[in-house]
Amino acid sequence: MRCGYACGSSEHGVSRRSFLGHAAAMGTAGIGLAGLSLPAAVLGSEQKPTHKRILNIFLHGGVSQLETWDPKPNTDTGGPFRAIPTSVPGMHICELLPHTAQQMHHLAIIRGLNTKNGDHGRGTVEMTTGRKQMPGTEYPHLGAVAAKSLTPEKFPLPGHVLIRGGGPGKGSAAYLGPQFESIVLADGKAPANSTRPDKITAEADARRQAFRMRASDRFTARRRTADTDAYTFSYDQALQLMERQEVFDVTKEPAADHDRYGKHEFGQHCLLARRLLEAGTPFVQVNHSNYDTHYENFDFHIEQMGEFDQPFACLVADLAERGLLSETLICVMSEFGRTPKINARYGRDHWGTAWSVVLGGAGIQPGAVVGKTNDNGTQVVDREVDHGHVFHTILRAVGVNSKGEFDVGGRPFPIADPAKDAISELLA
Amino acid sequence: MSDDTTTDTPAATPAAAEPTLPAVDPSKTHVGPAWKHDRPLVACRFHPSGQHVFTGAEDYFVTRWDMATGKPTQFVGHESWVRAIGCSPDGQTLYTGGYDGRLIAWEALAEKPEPKFKVDPAHQGWLRALAVSPDGQQIATCGNDKLVKLWNAADGALIGEFAGHESHVYHVAFHPAGQSLVSCDLKGVVKDWDLAAKGLRRDLTTAAALYKYDTTFRADIGGARSIAFSGDGTRLALGGITNVTNAFAGIGNPAVVLFDWETGNPLVQFEGKEKINGAIWGVRHHPDGFWIGLSGGGGGGWLYFWKEGSAEEFHKLKLPDTGRDLDLSSDGRSVSIAHFDRNLRICHLFAKPA
Repeated sequence: MRCGYACGSSEHGVSRRSFLGHAAAMGTAGIGLAGLSLPAAVLGSEQKPTHKRILNIFLHGGVSQLETWDPKPNTDTGGPFRAIPTSVPGMHICELLPHTAQQMHHLAIIRGLNTKNGDHGRGTVEMTTGRKQMPGTEYPHLGAVAAKSLTPEKFPLPGHVLIRGGGPGKGSAAYLGPQFESIVLADGKAPANSTRPDKITAEADARRQAFRMRASDRFTARRRTADTDAYTFSYDQALQLMERQEVFDVTKEPAADHDRYGKHEFGQHCLLARRLLEAGTPFVQVNHSNYDTHYENFDFHIEQMGEFDQPFACLVADLAERGLLSETLICVMSEFGRTPKINARYGRDHWGTAWSVVLGGAGIQPGAVVGKTNDNGTQVVDREVDHGHVFHTILRAVGVNSKGEFDVGGRPFPIADPAKDAISELLA
Repeated sequence: MSDDTTTDTPAATPAAAEPTLPAVDPSKTHVGPAWKHDRPLVACRFHPSGQHVFTGAEDYFVTRWDMATGKPTQFVGHESWVRAIGCSPDGQTLYTGGYDGRLIAWEALAEKPEPKFKVDPAHQGWLRALAVSPDGQQIATCGNDKLVKLWNAADGALIGEFAGHESHVYHVAFHPAGQSLVSCDLKGVVKDWDLAAKGLRRDLTTAAALYKYDTTFRADIGGARSIAFSGDGTRLALGGITNVTNAFAGIGNPAVVLFDWETGNPLVQFEGKEKINGAIWGVRHHPDGFWIGLSGGGGGGWLYFWKEGSAEEFHKLKLPDTGRDLDLSSDGRSVSIAHFDRNLRICHLFAKPA
């Protein structure tokens, strides 16, 4: 596809030449990392990010609202767990979350979610795009929207990062373009192929890079297309990423923090998320898997929430203590909740009719509870909302006009579902 | 309690069994009387007299059912489900342990039961199982705090604490000789505790067949869902789920791993000829020498009967609903079964009277 690119937009009009001069000096291997965002001059290490950020914890498989944010003890659906008080007077959550309970004054609970869906794939798409899934239509992931909306110019890191411990894969950018797709840190490791192979010396790599740039410039001067730009961007951005590789290295965190967060995968991923957010990454998603507990729901929630509780609480507390919570919105979501009815195998099945999501931090009323389910959790009885409302709320909370539009190649695309709006009473 | 009590043979209770009744014959096992609770049942135990059965349910109550009348009596004192129930050998005291971590002793046959003593919490997190020593002097409990604890049955004083398991301890049992306590955890680790020395005597061979880490769902599944010694103490049976291919859907088969107590090694693994989905939630050794297993899960409820010489059952009985716990009456003529469909059912191990 030929592209005139007379638009001069920030996506295209970057100081690529000056950046490449710097990058070539450090030497690199040619690596394919399409999806990295914003080529720009390297951010000085003394600069502290001030832009808003989003942390999305995705509990893959469908966490039970009854074993987390909306307990119904001593009812026919309540299961064996008790409710415990939290740091917010009058707010109770499940006893499986004792550490999180002490951080609820930083968080808010939406208890009136009715997403009318019990399908994993559809639920994942709808919760992370804020739109009803339609055949043949693809909307950008929340991370892509955040990356496009929140990433400052000249920011050297990827804007949309997925720390994947199972669960959904790459977050699509859809019409926003591949530079806003997620960089996936599989198993919490730095992006694949982001170090120079030992067999290639720095000098040889610099020569290679210079040669590639000459060839690329010559080609671009006559036959510039969207494809060649994307190709060039991927090189440029990979070079920046390589220079900032330490951001992805969770081993740089103090040993005491590793102990606090836990040495298990989710603990390490939360610590890595803290590191990325401190570095200013606009959107970080951490997946925790798995909650699809059709069998022995209660045993498995003991195990999974036992992994979730402490590192999540540590992360919330640390963000608050370090002054980052006012700039960072936290969301804990799933693709859906789980049935109030307990099946014959002590399991709970898929359920999108009455469940919960947690938000907190930037722009969110701390300690709020919005929405209500009935006594045994089978129906929403107050302030029913869905994925669209949550999506708007998240964006509004970080200062994005969710009723606005993206201009993509001259075409307007609503940032969020125009038929929905933010949950205003949750906004600070 | 529900009013829709159902019985097909109201007089055929274990206590009513007369010497003239047919001899025990597992192949003639049939479903007898049933009583219905308000919530799905999760546990059951016979009173030594056979005149009552105690149940735990998906609520906070323990219920005593009169086998002659079906009259229920509630024991109120827990704040979670109760899956651990035991009775003193003399039938005077009932012990219950709940997912609230509490251990409570009750006057078993009181008209209005009140706690005789309460240990709260006996365990941090779930108290999963309890056992009463053969002489009735001690109570053993185990739970999610990875501990096995020993209590004075008379007053609830802690008299021993056994640490060493590295995962949730699912079940505990006293050896019939009274010198050993055995426990099994989520990962199938089986420990033999010396009651006199209050320490570990040995680790048995791990019941590896009863545990799996499901890499797809990133979770552990397994553990002894049931435990029993043979009457002579030479065999230990651990029941659970094996061949798991999908932990979160419960796709796996019921199995009992039978150990030689002396060597600590498995002798045989009882399974069903037909592979159904489920776990063995109850196992008992019958005085006539055979083993009884109760399965529950996706494949429904089944009673299995095995003999030691064969891994496959010599008889099985399809139950009306999935089973969740089982006990054998002291006279060996009946089993009680706690069902998901809220029914406590009694199955008689002999031919149905004509």
